[in-house]
Amino acid sequence: MSLLQVQNLVVEFPSRHGTLRALDQLSFEIAPGEILGVVGESGAGKSLTGAAIIGLLEPPGRIASGQIWLEGERIDNLPPAQMRRVRGRRIGAIFQDPLTSLNPLYSIGRQLIETITTHLPLTHAQARQRAIELLQETGIPAAQERIDHYPHQFSGGMRQRVVIALALAAEPKLIVADEPTTALDVSIQAQIINLLKSVCKKHGAAVMLITHDMGVIAETCDRVAVMYAGRIAEIGPVRDVIHAAAHPYTQGLMSCIPDIEVERQHLHQIDGAMPRLNAIPSGCAFNPRCPQVLARCHHERPELMPAVTTEAACWLTANAGATPSFEAQP
Amino acid sequence: MSDRPTATAAFGRPEAAPGPTDATAPATPATPAAPLVRAVDLARTFDVSAPWLNRVIERKPRLLLHAVDGVSFEIARGQTLALVGESGCGKSTVARLLVGLYQPSRGRFEFAGLDAHAAYRSRSGRAIRRHIQMIFQDPYASLNPRWRVADIVAEPLREHGLISERAALEARVGELLQSVGLSPLDRVKFPHQFSGGQRQRISIARALATQPEFLVCDEPTSALDVSVQAQVLNIMKDLQRQQGLTYLFISHNLAVVRHVSDHVGVMYLGRLVELAPKALLFAQPRHPYTRMLLEAIPKLHHTGHARTPVQGEVPNPLNPPTGCAFHPRCPAANRRCSSERPVLQSLDGVRVACHAVEEGRL
Repeated sequence: MSLLQVQNLVVEFPSRHGTLRALDQLSFEIAPGEILGVVGESGAGKSLTGAAIIGLLEPPGRIASGQIWLEGERIDNLPPAQMRRVRGRRIGAIFQDPLTSLNPLYSIGRQLIETITTHLPLTHAQARQRAIELLQETGIPAAQERIDHYPHQFSGGMRQRVVIALALAAEPKLIVADEPTTALDVSIQAQIINLLKSVCKKHGAAVMLITHDMGVIAETCDRVAVMYAGRIAEIGPVRDVIHAAAHPYTQGLMSCIPDIEVERQHLHQIDGAMPRLNAIPSGCAFNPRCPQVLARCHHERPELMPAVTTEAACWLTANAGATPSFEAQP
Repeated sequence: MSDRPTATAAFGRPEAAPGPTDATAPATPATPAAPLVRAVDLARTFDVSAPWLNRVIERKPRLLLHAVDGVSFEIARGQTLALVGESGCGKSTVARLLVGLYQPSRGRFEFAGLDAHAAYRSRSGRAIRRHIQMIFQDPYASLNPRWRVADIVAEPLREHGLISERAALEARVGELLQSVGLSPLDRVKFPHQFSGGQRQRISIARALATQPEFLVCDEPTSALDVSVQAQVLNIMKDLQRQQGLTYLFISHNLAVVRHVSDHVGVMYLGRLVELAPKALLFAQPRHPYTRMLLEAIPKLHHTGHARTPVQGEVPNPLNPPTGCAFHPRCPAANRRCSSERPVLQSLDGVRVACHAVEEGRL
């Protein structure tokens, strides 16, 4: 059974100019212990998906329809008090900026102990011991002394380690990590990604890793979902999405990333930009930028359908299914 | 028109202070082989001491931050030098030194054979400013939200008094917008009507308005999405080819650098640790820090490949390590590295500042 199930999730923002649909009929699953990457350009709805799952949608944003199930229990309609017990205990969260996710007025030990005692039946002394262990595990040197330090006394990379310790404090089954390495330098980025991967594996936690960096996805994730204009354009095993993408958007996205190992005179580019929420084209949202657009793309919206090894929301995929010779290509 | 912008100088008004007045408009270089841009031992120190009273009462010493400490490089006409490094290594300070937003604490910057900082101080310094323009990182912060695109792009032209006639100005703005892939009709719009990538094109059009020879680009694509980044990088490359522009391209993204540059300089804590032609740097990085940076980049084609991340973090620039600033993180460091600071030395066509490389230990 899957750990997390998102079914036909719709998130809307009421505005003066009508309701804006930021997430539109989103469905996906995360298996226990799996690392699912969510990529897309800014405005694709990646972070909103994460926020909807952990129940932290900023009003006036709201879940208009659809369901979110965690371990067989529906969590999208829980009252705030109950959701607070799910958040932290069963779903941990890691955000982009480690400085704003820590309270500058409390020592990191106090923040860790508070989280632990809120969710687990431990005494203060036990919780402190556990906090020290967590800090050691996340690679903070001299955790015994550092536990009483304040966030400003840590560097960016160290702070993100503390945030990871905080997310793991109550042994959640799922961690939603929203751009956990974007604010960090490349050399620190690698350390944090390795850490996240190893501690989550050790604790058996599944991860939903939201990022715009395909390199991070490639090295970390089991599966990846590519989002475009509030919908999933393609989802599948990470290797197949990168090397044998079925959706023209995924293909374009992969080839416009400058590759450190291959040098090209001219980068491939996708012309245009992601549509704004109030002007999402009819049919497939990608059709104005798509190099292989078909007549039906303009008025019929494709749902996710099985492609060769992935699932893609694209009419080309449906056509390819009809002509098996097309599929025979490696 | 009430919202007509007043001519605010992007680089500050020329001061009346007496400076050397021998600076004339930069002509073509004396010899074609001479580099267009030459930085010699550029340094910039910031005083970050506590206020005077605190220093007296608490007996705190003066604190100096050596943001850039003796950086030298040359860029030939029509070429691109990329500076890479992690945050706090002084890349942006170098950019600001070159365009005259900062005065150097030491060293000099020569543009077409002229001492640019002496020229910046002089009354005729505007002439040289015309030839050096800058593109900033954040296209949301570098365009005035109350100005129309036409006013933004025309400002340098007005400021330098290049075109004053209204019709000619309008034609030139249209031309500039077209050269960066926007429509001349966009000139009546405001910045908020554009996406990030389009805004960055407006910044490029503004920078190109005075027909500069040298563009300083400080992380021009790091605020953009990848598909838009590709568009902007392609435009910058096309413009360079068409107009023979010279770029200083600052980035922390080595993959981007590989696509735009001819030479690459790697900075660490205010100093250049390696300066090499692009092909050599990527094929055979010499300095351990360069190797580390290259190794640290997540590779698209290595799915599931676990890297061995380099340990440690960038040290506090207020209290840099003795000797080679990289030695606490360096796998090849020995006693000499912790006591003696290495200098840039030429070695097989590259310049590298490393004792281990020099001694053949690496």
